[in-house]
Amino acid sequence: MKDVIDQKRRCFLRRATTAVGGIGLAAASVPFLSYWMPSADTEAAAAPIKIDISSLKPREQLTVPWRGMPVWVIARDQEMLDSLSKVESILRDPLSEQDQQPAYCKNVHRSIKPQIFVTIGICTHLGCVPTYRPDIASVSPDWQGGFYCPCHGSKYDLAGRVYKDVPAPLNLKLPRHMYLSDTEIMIGEDQDGVQGAISIS
Amino acid sequence: MTEKALTKKNRFMEWIDERYPWTEFMRKHLTEYYAPKNFNFWYYFGSFSLLVFVMQILTGIWLVMEYIPTSDGAFASVQHIMREVRFGWLLRFMHTTGASAFFVVVYLHMYRGLIYGSYQRPRELVWLIGMVIYFALLIEAFTGYVLPWGQMSFWGAAVITSFAGAIPYLGNVLLVWLRGDFNVSGVTLHRFFSLHVIAIPFFLAILIFVHLVALHKVGSNNPDGIDIKAKKNQEGIPLDGIPFHPYYTVKDLVGVVVFLFVFSLVVFFTPKMGGYFLEHDNFILANPMVTPLEISPVWYMTPFYAMLRAIPNKLFGLMTMAAGIAIMFVLPWLDRSRVRSIRYKGPLSKIAILIFVISFIGLGYLGSEPVSPLYTFIARVLTVTYFGFFLLMPIYTSYEKTKKLPERVTE
Repeated sequence: MKDVIDQKRRCFLRRATTAVGGIGLAAASVPFLSYWMPSADTEAAAAPIKIDISSLKPREQLTVPWRGMPVWVIARDQEMLDSLSKVESILRDPLSEQDQQPAYCKNVHRSIKPQIFVTIGICTHLGCVPTYRPDIASVSPDWQGGFYCPCHGSKYDLAGRVYKDVPAPLNLKLPRHMYLSDTEIMIGEDQDGVQGAISIS
Repeated sequence: MTEKALTKKNRFMEWIDERYPWTEFMRKHLTEYYAPKNFNFWYYFGSFSLLVFVMQILTGIWLVMEYIPTSDGAFASVQHIMREVRFGWLLRFMHTTGASAFFVVVYLHMYRGLIYGSYQRPRELVWLIGMVIYFALLIEAFTGYVLPWGQMSFWGAAVITSFAGAIPYLGNVLLVWLRGDFNVSGVTLHRFFSLHVIAIPFFLAILIFVHLVALHKVGSNNPDGIDIKAKKNQEGIPLDGIPFHPYYTVKDLVGVVVFLFVFSLVVFFTPKMGGYFLEHDNFILANPMVTPLEISPVWYMTPFYAMLRAIPNKLFGLMTMAAGIAIMFVLPWLDRSRVRSIRYKGPLSKIAILIFVISFIGLGYLGSEPVSPLYTFIARVLTVTYFGFFLLMPIYTSYEKTKKLPERVTE
């Protein structure tokens, strides 16, 4: 046997060891990273909920916690519904083109029934809870009613559509929901049997 | 000491030194580690940072003994520490004041590096490692602020984690991954607790060690910014150097007394610092359904928060804020000056540093105040001047006329 180093063989061995070790390390990182995803009981606690809206009067807001987030149900009267068309020119996404609602809510009033508006009350800017300001001129002189986020001044109309020139980029997110009866809404599940909000959260 | 005792001690040290480089280490890093003799007031803040770090670790270990990291127990357990545990109020206020004190001394320590050019060749790595420490410290402070589970804890966590949601495509999944739930919840609190008490402090301790290793390789800069190793005596000792121990250990000890005096004044008389160290809304239990009317982070994050608010676009706002921190990392490569210290730089550098200080403090103030059109306008101007300081640095430092450097350090 010759007393020389086989560089080619050594180089191959080094690369092979690095590759196999690297794959092993990547595989080992899977449990550590998956550990951070919601656990089974956290997911179970995120199941759909039923809301009774029989006592909800026009212009009133009902807040229900779902998945730790405030879900709002708002009974809109005719004046509020009329305001939706008045503000269209100053909205960023008046036709709800962005994927912030289930298909059955992609309409002018962003709801299944025009009078009943269901939304997740979390500002799409940095996650604060906006305030419900239904009264005309209550935020600014030309205010037609809507939601105002005190954190950074984002504004939404009464269908949760975001104004132009505010920090929030998107309309308020709508949860999947369906009517079980005239007075009962299921939040987090719809007629198509799909659970959750739209997309993952 | 008698002759006999002396030999006994020597023999003990000999036994140690054959097995562990104790004496060698002490000489290399303390008694024969030569630091420039012209250190001034600004050179206290490195030692103070180390002191505060040790204090935070110590008080932190004690607080964990009584703190409960769950959404049901956290808020009440902090009240329990404050009211029931013997001296619990003291250890907690030392820890909360320590958090702010940490940023006070670290900001002054960084400012020292800035004015004396301590980031310049060959100390780029000392600066870079220091910046990583600063960034880790921001995360440590943020995760710690969530733990009392008051309104500001909750909404601070909601706002800061939602930054991840702005990342295109991955954002929504990343957000749930980070929070461990569909919104910020007790799950989020518990993992932040783990990061705050184990992961980040451990990482910080390693980083501080590496920061000092890098520093001792290149040696300290000094207010004149000239190399003391250029002039040595016959034994190879820098003419302008003095042993770190006992000269600077004793000097720092005097500083420590003054520092602890001021620190105690805050702990005992104004631990909340009028809402700047501990915000009023954090004395209300976290409520995921209602956001406080004003959300602002603790003072040490407000300059970046002001930048975020100044930009009327979510993604660009976040990118500006991230850039505000990131740009400090590349400082060593922006300064093209032939001299290090502000003492010998030209007037442009002096004006630039003044503008930078005004921008940083100004943004810090604006970030802690409610939004108004005037403040938003000023925040935009200061954001521009903040970035201008860095981005124009290659130009003004290379064109301005510098003063002649002295041969030896000045007194």
